[in-house]
Amino acid sequence: MREIVLSTTPTDEAIADLRLGDVVYLDGLMYTAREGVYMRALEDKANIPMELPSQSAANFHCSPAARINPDGSFDMGAVTATASFRFAKWLPEWMAKTGAKLIVGKGGMTSKDYKEYFAPNGAVYLSTVGYGTGALLGRGVENVEAVHWNKELGLAQAMWVIKCNRMGPFIVASDLSGDCLFERENAKIAKNVARVYAGTKPAVLKRYGESDDRTDEVI
Amino acid sequence: MIPISLIQSTAEVLMDKAAIEIPQDYLDGLQHAAKTEDGDLSSFVLKAMLDNYEAAKEDRRAMCGDTGVPRWFVKMGNEARVEGGMVALEAALRRATANATNGVPLRPNRVHPLWRTDHDNNVGIGAPEIEYGFEPEGEWIDLITVHKGGLFGTDYRMLFPSDGIQGIKRFYLDSLMAFGKRGLACQPAIIGIGLGGSKDICMTLGKRASTLRIVGSRNSDPRIAEMEDEFKDLGNSIGMGAMGFVGKNMVIDCNIEVGYCHTGGMPMSVHAFCLSSRRAVARIHADGRVEHRTDPDWFTDYQRRETVEWEPQREAAE
Repeated sequence: MREIVLSTTPTDEAIADLRLGDVVYLDGLMYTAREGVYMRALEDKANIPMELPSQSAANFHCSPAARINPDGSFDMGAVTATASFRFAKWLPEWMAKTGAKLIVGKGGMTSKDYKEYFAPNGAVYLSTVGYGTGALLGRGVENVEAVHWNKELGLAQAMWVIKCNRMGPFIVASDLSGDCLFERENAKIAKNVARVYAGTKPAVLKRYGESDDRTDEVI
Repeated sequence: MIPISLIQSTAEVLMDKAAIEIPQDYLDGLQHAAKTEDGDLSSFVLKAMLDNYEAAKEDRRAMCGDTGVPRWFVKMGNEARVEGGMVALEAALRRATANATNGVPLRPNRVHPLWRTDHDNNVGIGAPEIEYGFEPEGEWIDLITVHKGGLFGTDYRMLFPSDGIQGIKRFYLDSLMAFGKRGLACQPAIIGIGLGGSKDICMTLGKRASTLRIVGSRNSDPRIAEMEDEFKDLGNSIGMGAMGFVGKNMVIDCNIEVGYCHTGGMPMSVHAFCLSSRRAVARIHADGRVEHRTDPDWFTDYQRRETVEWEPQREAAE
């Protein structure tokens, strides 16, 4: 597997060079953004307290295990991503507004997301590994530069700005064609499903969701 | 009489150990998985996780940035007495949870479900959960903390006797397929299955099977022990590995716990612990000795008793 060191304000060429499954380490500033940040910035129209994308084009779906000390300094321990699919409703607008090029998180998005607004904006998805290489990623935090909106959102939802020093590993999970690493892997596994299920039978009492028609009987 | 200050200080150590130190049984299981794995992506993931455990211990920082939902299991010998009683014990565990959240530090995950209000300390209404068990003899108290993930990797279904073993297998596979896609449940993991009980107890049995039994343990019923082996292999035959990549390792071990249920039903729950199987245990003795371990040893013969009265001599002779 290829190993690549990438800036959090990457050039278009550097992004175009990434291939699905590449292992990436990041240098530069990265900010965290989950539910609270999107709602505050996009729905409540609060001013984003950073110059984006010039300071950072890397959006991390994360809230760290960290504390703010009484003297205002920070202690950051482990750093782990949270599942990204939940943020799909905000990401197109966020990307348009902030010029984010690297979306970093857990589990990736769909190839539909990648084709509709990642690739057209020159952006790709980097997945954390594991999940839960929290200690390794924590080692890659050279400094906590700022915590924005802590008072409004709480520690777990605040916008943390971290300086990454060869932070990683991450895996490239989408490319500029809009292809999706997880879908590619899932398609390979799917070929085996019928064999694994052979001999099992559907439950005698069905559940909604298995039949999408709510007028169906369940037996 | 066990001093309350010793309970709180021991609980704080346990919070720290659970977050930072991967239990040896799980580490051994994952190292074995890493040796057998041949998918290039999933092999890379397992290698990174093994590096991560080392980094966590070296730096004394949490293995994972997502603290999950820290909770407590308390088991007491029948003669154990706690200074201040059980209300004092619950306060000590709540203080330890809050202090360790700031101290380690851990991520303050717990919020109100509707108002999303946050105390930044993992304590709130019903949090941390504190559950109890008792044993017939002893003046000791076991404190067990488990920091299981809070979002993915649990499911429940009411099956019926006519669904049979094949129905159980199917729901097990359905659960693993759903948990495993894109690795949302952070496999390979210890999978716990709860069979029987009422609905809430069915969930409790499965959760405890995944978090309170170690890799390599087997149910004391030999036929259930056989099922555990079979289900471990079945889960690993899906072809899905870490992060939902092609691989051979989805299940580090499968633990099954049962409870008597309604004659017409066969409720089933499935739970996945995770790559950072955070559990830590200490026994506090009446004389103040504290012994740390990683095996909760929760499911004793007493916990699995079937009879009206507990008659250990008779059971031992059988």
